[in-house]
Amino acid sequence: MRFMMLMIPSGYETAAPGTMPDVKAIEAMMKYNESLQKAGVLLALDGLHPPSMGARITFSGGKAKATDGPFGDGRETLGGYWMIQVKSRAEAIEWASRCPASEKETIEVRQVQDFSDFPVELQQAAADLSELQSGKSVTP
Amino acid sequence: MSVPDTRQAIDAVWRIESARIIAVLVRMVRDVGLAEELAQDALVSALERWPVTGVPDNAGAWLTAVAKNRALDRLRRSQLLERKHAELGRELEVRQELAQAESAEALDAALDTTHADEIDDDLLRLVFTACHPVLSREARIALTLRLLGGLSTDEIARAFLVAEATVAQRIVRAKRTLAEARVPFEVPRQEERAARLSSVLEVLYLIFNEGYSATAGDDWMRPTLCEEALRLGRILAELAPHEPEVHGLVALMEIQASRTGARVGPGGEPILLLDQNRARWNHLLIGRGLAALERAGALGGARGPYALQAAIAACHARARVAEETDWERIAALYDALAQLAPSPIVELNRAVALSMAFGPAAGLELVDELTAERSLEHYHLLPSVRGDLLARLGPMEEASREFQRAATLTRNARERHLLLERAANCAGAAHTRSGGV
Repeated sequence: MRFMMLMIPSGYETAAPGTMPDVKAIEAMMKYNESLQKAGVLLALDGLHPPSMGARITFSGGKAKATDGPFGDGRETLGGYWMIQVKSRAEAIEWASRCPASEKETIEVRQVQDFSDFPVELQQAAADLSELQSGKSVTP
Repeated sequence: MSVPDTRQAIDAVWRIESARIIAVLVRMVRDVGLAEELAQDALVSALERWPVTGVPDNAGAWLTAVAKNRALDRLRRSQLLERKHAELGRELEVRQELAQAESAEALDAALDTTHADEIDDDLLRLVFTACHPVLSREARIALTLRLLGGLSTDEIARAFLVAEATVAQRIVRAKRTLAEARVPFEVPRQEERAARLSSVLEVLYLIFNEGYSATAGDDWMRPTLCEEALRLGRILAELAPHEPEVHGLVALMEIQASRTGARVGPGGEPILLLDQNRARWNHLLIGRGLAALERAGALGGARGPYALQAAIAACHARARVAEETDWERIAALYDALAQLAPSPIVELNRAVALSMAFGPAAGLELVDELTAERSLEHYHLLPSVRGDLLARLGPMEEASREFQRAATLTRNARERHLLLERAANCAGAAHTRSGGV
């Protein structure tokens, strides 16, 4: 099973462009990341620049509209993520609990969807589409 | 779904920590069976205490401490204590040196580092012990999954389609064999290292393959074993980062695992590599596999058997569509593999690569030679490949007969269906060509 651990640092929604975490926090986090790697469960991880450097796209009336950050609506925002491969939801939660996060930080644990999670009809539909797309040649 | 109850949380902690705990204990008591027993005792303690106190912050350290105390109790009551005095004495010396360090923080940090490195060393020793060549292949697999994977006897039994009692016996006997053979708890010395490592990698790849391709029955995959083998492989890559073949094996498993989502159709039917929807390949895993392959290469191990197989898998992984596959490179890699680790199966794969790179006739020559191979007599892929080559060259009747033969040899129901379909198509084409109405 794959899970994402989504880091939600309170206040990051108003962070200035180029904001970096402090050195001590980075050190602790690197040790944590190492522990995930050594346990063979880490698939990927990344930090995200703050919303002040980002943009939002809305789709009102079928039209896409882009707005530059910061967004000023006080909504929490992502600071980064880990993707891990574990045997159970409980294991993902245990790993998230070991993160050296501060009081200002929340980690949301979300299971990654696998194609086999979807009902058979949907899988079949997707399979038909993929056959069309791949232009499979028919062997005698 | 609710937050996991304490039992589930404890299971999760056990999966994360048990191998390390057992490893530390084996070093203390020098007996794998006793070590596992003591670790289980600690688990029982946790099951009693943690529902009340909650899971402690450093759960691994808690369990290790409890288990070590139990171990010391046992040792005190046995003659092993004499031997241990020497080791404990050494530990005390280390502590005294550290006590002279400047600040309390430095002391703690020093103890932590030493401790962490020692535990890593112990874990590596445990890996080599569980895969010791004195044990049978089945015993090595069962012991590895049990001690390093933390799987229950029942889980191992279900994964390998054997009775639970069989697995339990295998593990008991394996522990006894290790004790009777007085297998030392150590990382093998340079002279033996390559062979012993080869045994470890073989175990991991066997586990992976068991999950990757069923040999009987209707279910094509048992994904848990693939994930388990991958996890253990990644752990080993961190424990033995200078061994290129470890990275080679991890690369191979990452790339093969990347195809999991594309190998089986919605009805459970198998989809061959060249027919797979590559958009459904897990490109994250492919990236990891290519990175691992590079690590192997950087260590001078590009020509190791696992690295070569990984390089072949990487050729497929890099092709956006099947038509863009670099078959010549694959053929060259199989050539190198055939020289290093020759086998009829490698030759068969080489034949396929040759036919794709240089035309079916190039492959058929080699395949015809292989029909005399006794070890391939009952291997369904040989007639299957021969049928494919013949179909591309012309003789449809013969191609159809080969597919039929292949169908009788496979034990997988869905694969049989696929092969019979091809046999029918060839027969139909032969009929058409011969001018039938």
